[in-house]
Amino acid sequence: MTNSTLDLPKRPWRQRYHVAAIGWTLVLGVLLVLSSLMTGANLGTFLSNIDQFLALLVQMSHPAWSYLHVILQPLYETIQMAILGTTIGAVLAVPFALLAASNLVGNRLLRGLIRFFLDLVRTLPDLLLAAIFVAVFGIGSTAGVITLAIFSFGMVSKLFYEVIETIDMGPLEALKSVGATKVTMIWYAVLPQILNQFVSYFLYTLEINVRASTVLGYLGAGGIGVYLQRSLGEFNYSATAVIILATLVVVLVIDGISNHLRRVLL
Amino acid sequence: MQATATAPIIAFHHVNKIYANGTVGLKDIDFQIPRGQFLVVVGLSGAGKSTLLRTINRMHEISSGEIRIDDAPIGAYKGKALRQLRCHIGMIFQNFNLVNRASVERNVLSGLVGYYPTWKCILGLFSAADKQRAVQALKRVSLTPKIFTRADELSGGQQQRVAIARTLMQDPKIILADEPVASLDPRTTKDVMDTLQRLNREDGITVIVNLHSVALARQYADRIIGLRAGELVYDQPIDNVTTADLDRIYQTN
Ligand SMILES: Nc1ncnc2c1ncn2[C@@H]1O[C@H](COP(=O)(O)OP(=O)(O)OP(=O)(O)O)[C@@H](O)[C@H]1O
Ligand SMILES: [Mg+2]
Repeated sequence: MTNSTLDLPKRPWRQRYHVAAIGWTLVLGVLLVLSSLMTGANLGTFLSNIDQFLALLVQMSHPAWSYLHVILQPLYETIQMAILGTTIGAVLAVPFALLAASNLVGNRLLRGLIRFFLDLVRTLPDLLLAAIFVAVFGIGSTAGVITLAIFSFGMVSKLFYEVIETIDMGPLEALKSVGATKVTMIWYAVLPQILNQFVSYFLYTLEINVRASTVLGYLGAGGIGVYLQRSLGEFNYSATAVIILATLVVVLVIDGISNHLRRVLL
Repeated sequence: MQATATAPIIAFHHVNKIYANGTVGLKDIDFQIPRGQFLVVVGLSGAGKSTLLRTINRMHEISSGEIRIDDAPIGAYKGKALRQLRCHIGMIFQNFNLVNRASVERNVLSGLVGYYPTWKCILGLFSAADKQRAVQALKRVSLTPKIFTRADELSGGQQQRVAIARTLMQDPKIILADEPVASLDPRTTKDVMDTLQRLNREDGITVIVNLHSVALARQYADRIIGLRAGELVYDQPIDNVTTADLDRIYQTN
């Protein structure tokens, strides 16, 4: 009798020999080799050019610190761009996220349309957006802010509606039962449940955007990236080094602050 | 003796409810609830108790038949009229359904949102008189010291009393309570049931409670009805109720 409780069901042979795991590893290996053959990427070229790479590193190891005061203003601009773009994107994302959440919107067609639109926005590469908006608005931070706003909107709206779908529906039911309107229900029963996670995702997106905005600037979308491109174009690698180091510090500080805030919030 | 004194506050006329997936929720329910009654609904899990309760404030729609409240059919209400109907019907839940991250005060005030325009609710512009009423409501459930505490810092019994205070803000003529004590210990169960009884006796509120406990049903009810598989299989004033009757409702066949 006691023995029978220990009788576990037999694992099928597929599970016992890890067929799936081994299979996928092989498939991935083959894909890796094939794709490197097809794109012509090979380790040889990288190794044969390593001396050029080393020369660049030597120059960069003598940062021109006097350049620092030139880039403080554009660094500041980069941070502003990131904050502004993230805020615009996140605020716009809230109503869309509410409409995309399956526990709030019963109408499948509406929800489907909203989600399709959000998916579409998310597929737009940020570099492409930046190139387009620089062409439209000219070189400067306007193009950067709009690009970051759209990029944040796409990313945050999905994170937001996934959070909304995990909320406790009890308070909503209670608010409905006292005769609340839809908007009041959301304000009283949904927002308090998701606010902390919203802020957390906002900060996370801000982190990503500070990094992204340095790259966008490279395309002329304002901020520090413009200077990065200029210094590289002039082979002024000691200035490049300053820009990279300064950017690194800014990114680290922003990451630190946002990590701290998120820990406090959750 | 007068005709109006016996006019029912709620009347079910051959009500059927079939869920979208084909499950029968209610089957030909036909009975009346007099004003001021303390009615207890008993029945096995899945018998349709929650469904019955939720048709009264139209949280669930019925498939056929008619429900009248104060002699007015409620089936056709839409939008504002529906919200107004719900304004006057309090609802208490097994899981309290408070907004955990909000203060007790805000939870209590949320019972009023049906009476205010949306923009005032959002800005929290409740009148001073109503804020005073919130304090009074908390006093009635003996929770005034907790007014600024976050709801999730309270015990289960305290949370349920906050939920009752929220309902009091509605100034309801009917309170629907769906297994209000199922997740509470015996002492807090008594607290909550006594509070409901006081509201019934002192304020004349009609109270309808779903209960799983036969002992509680016998202790508090004026009248007990029993459901089985969506059908009303038992209906007696408390003086006629016997233990054998109740045991039969809970028999599984
Ligand atoms: N949304 C729904 N969709 C489909 N069927 C449902 C739904 N809600 C309830 N039911 C079914 O309707 C029947 C009655 O359910 P109801 O919740 O009213 O029972 P109950 O008496 O309250 O049970 P319990 O004591 O477990 O709360 C059950 O068979 C249940 O599975
Ligand atoms: Mg139930």
